Amino acid sequence: MSSPLKIGVVSCSGEGYVEGTISRIATRLVLERLRPNNTVTICLPLFLTGEKGERMFAKYFPTIAVDGCEKRCAEKAIEKYSGKTAHSIVVADLLNVWDIEKPRSRRNLNEKEMKVASKIAEEIATAIDTLCMNGRRRKSANI
Amino acid sequence: MTDPIFIIPCSGIGKAYGTISREATYCVVEDLRKGETDTLCLSLLVSGDEETQRLVKSHRCIAIDGCPLECAKKNLEFSCAKLTANFRVIDLLKEHRKLKPKSITFLDKAGRELTKFLADKIALKVDELNRGETAS
Repeated sequence: MSSPLKIGVVSCSGEGYVEGTISRIATRLVLERLRPNNTVTICLPLFLTGEKGERMFAKYFPTIAVDGCEKRCAEKAIEKYSGKTAHSIVVADLLNVWDIEKPRSRRNLNEKEMKVASKIAEEIATAIDTLCMNGRRRKSANI
Repeated sequence: MTDPIFIIPCSGIGKAYGTISREATYCVVEDLRKGETDTLCLSLLVSGDEETQRLVKSHRCIAIDGCPLECAKKNLEFSCAKLTANFRVIDLLKEHRKLKPKSITFLDKAGRELTKFLADKIALKVDELNRGETAS
């Protein structure tokens, strides 16, 4: 039996902004609860510092960038050093699209704000499922 | 009022140590030394954001790292920041060997206790720096 396709979910981790907190928590929710068997994460500053293992992973496995704001640190970093991301999510953009008020605390999310993080996590999980399905299709086409 | 001291955690997301570094930072910035300190995104600094680079060069900074790779400290040094002190969660673990944090997203009791110890250390360092003492 083949092991499941591993997908890197890379959060911007942004400590300075509440959107960074949402991107980080949504990423952890995916890793721990929604898709634990398919996902790994990497520390973005470690990646940016030039850690070879992190960069090699992002080069050879599909990655999903989860950025808090329009500066898109995660997406830009991956594309600069390891090639194009398979999918990209910007929390601030999704909050606008869903017409959801920006949470207030960058430290603790309340119950309502946790639901927003969960909704973002579901978006990431959907992207993972699509990538896995496309991966399986490509594999069977090669047989 | 003096310029804020920037407390910059490592942004680690894969282990509890990164979470502790971040939580301790928020504890100092939002509770213990509110108004005297602030934080910013390490990723933004490492990505080369000009405003962030300017801020770390013009303000005193304290690096808080989770693991021995010291991403926060190294990247602040690389950016020619005014790095005045640094702390590592792994050093704190050696002082409190019975505390073994496991959960990452939301800290467990051990993680919360370590966070409190670390936040108190950072706050004391902020006081030292604001009194003009430089010894680490």
